[in-house]
Amino acid sequence: MTVADRLTTLFWRRPTLLLTLLLVPPLLWLGVVYVGSLATLLLQSFYSIDEFSGLVVREFTLKTYAELLRPSNFDVIARTLLMSAAVTAASVIVAFPIAYMAARYARGRWKAVFYLGIMLPLWSSYLVKVYAWKLILAKEGILTWIATQTHSQFLIDAALSLPYVGGNSLSTSFLGTFLVFTYVWLPFMILPMQASLERVPASLMEASADLGATPAQTFRSVTLPLALPGIIAGSIFTFSLTMGDYIIPQIIGTSANFIGMAVYKLQGTAGNIPLAAAFAVVPIAIMLVYLSLAKRGGAFDAI
Amino acid sequence: MRSEAPLTLKLAAFAGLLFLHLPILLIFLYAFTTEEQTFQFPPPGLTTQWFGIAWNDRPDIWPPLYLSLQVAAVSTVIALILGTLTAAAMANTRFFGREQITLLILLPIALPGVITGISLRSAFSIMDIPFSTLTIILGHATFCIVIVYNNAVARFRRLSGGILEASADLGANAFQTFFYILLPNLGTALLAGGMLAFALSFDEVIVTTFTAGQQSTLPIWMLQELIRPRQRPVTNVVAIVVFAATVVPILLAYWLTRDGGETAGGGK
Repeated sequence: MTVADRLTTLFWRRPTLLLTLLLVPPLLWLGVVYVGSLATLLLQSFYSIDEFSGLVVREFTLKTYAELLRPSNFDVIARTLLMSAAVTAASVIVAFPIAYMAARYARGRWKAVFYLGIMLPLWSSYLVKVYAWKLILAKEGILTWIATQTHSQFLIDAALSLPYVGGNSLSTSFLGTFLVFTYVWLPFMILPMQASLERVPASLMEASADLGATPAQTFRSVTLPLALPGIIAGSIFTFSLTMGDYIIPQIIGTSANFIGMAVYKLQGTAGNIPLAAAFAVVPIAIMLVYLSLAKRGGAFDAI
Repeated sequence: MRSEAPLTLKLAAFAGLLFLHLPILLIFLYAFTTEEQTFQFPPPGLTTQWFGIAWNDRPDIWPPLYLSLQVAAVSTVIALILGTLTAAAMANTRFFGREQITLLILLPIALPGVITGISLRSAFSIMDIPFSTLTIILGHATFCIVIVYNNAVARFRRLSGGILEASADLGANAFQTFFYILLPNLGTALLAGGMLAFALSFDEVIVTTFTAGQQSTLPIWMLQELIRPRQRPVTNVVAIVVFAATVVPILLAYWLTRDGGETAGGGK
């Protein structure tokens, strides 16, 4: 009996052995490289920095977490969460018609058009997409040109004169940051939404119409509740991705910090790893709560 | 079933699709502009000189391009091996801790990239691992595993267990079954997953800025050009290359899995 045959018999008799052998390499990788690193990060967030020497003090303390509550740091967190919520809400609104059209009406060739029409922007380069918006929002760029041609500059000016979100130009205001975030993460909302809409049987909507509901009523009390798991699944992505991004607010927007930027700057030039780590724990904690809530809402079936 | 969509829905859907696609077209247009200092629209003139300049006069583009290709290739191979192993173990089994493993695989893309980045960076610095190509690959392979896993696990589920048993009944050992039955059946799913993983790695910038040290991958080069631009149209030429390097694999992956129940790219 050859070695191969013997092993075959062994695997046949003990299926768990095969399972273990299959799982050990990937789990070792993820466990050591990923979970190990996450644990290191978590550990560092309980260290603090010596205010005089600027060195990391390796003693357990909650001081660094308390620093997060300082007004200047707390503002960063609040701003990031507001932005994530706004981007998520806008994505839901823009994504819904696309997802609904793709799930309900697109057939044959149109199905492929919609599929690729969503998939290509999802996968095409993140930086290229951000760069495209730098071109669009530039003062001498296409948006200003269109506004001049159609005499609608006053609309942009009105939006920019809004308190807090406005500013000198779209490329240096929260409004611009918000636009780019929504653009970049939109496909992440469309896909799960479409998946959950595809699972709503058409007969259910017909039944609703037969029973005398107006299209608006059907939408409110049949379509929307059934699409909710997909919307929640999509919001996991849009919320998490906005919360952790540090490149978009750095390139387009005011110079105000977001969590991602704070983490990047604190670990880099400032060298304050403990505070950077504490900042990084905020999105982790929020996402874990979010994920467990979403799980209860049945969102994972839609991913 | 109604086959005609209401007009407002149609308009909203197509407006949404245009919103997703028009910005990318601008990148192409600006690669041909004669204006190199500003993003003036419409371009004052059109030229193809920037392609030549990018090719001949900008030696700073080539090392990042090679590094990106190298990192993406190695990360893809690692992700292919680890992702397929996980998929094989998880596809048709139920065991204790299975859900936790699913979460573990998902986590690197479910948590923001900045978390993965700073975690790896602080772990490397604590263990005194110098930043190098290897550290970039460690990060990339980690988040590429899930891409391969998603593609492979869908195919495993569709594959009936019957053919593996038939192979065993006909006297094939585990390795013969693997090479003659399993691998050919998984082929296109793995190819698709591998290509998506390649595209993801080639384009990644957030984790990379934390794990790269002094080296630049192509996305890092682009980021630097975005912050401190010089010869803006050259950046556009490179952007087109990056765009093509990510889009071609996606189209191929779509084409490879087009007649299956699963289509590639669902989970990024």
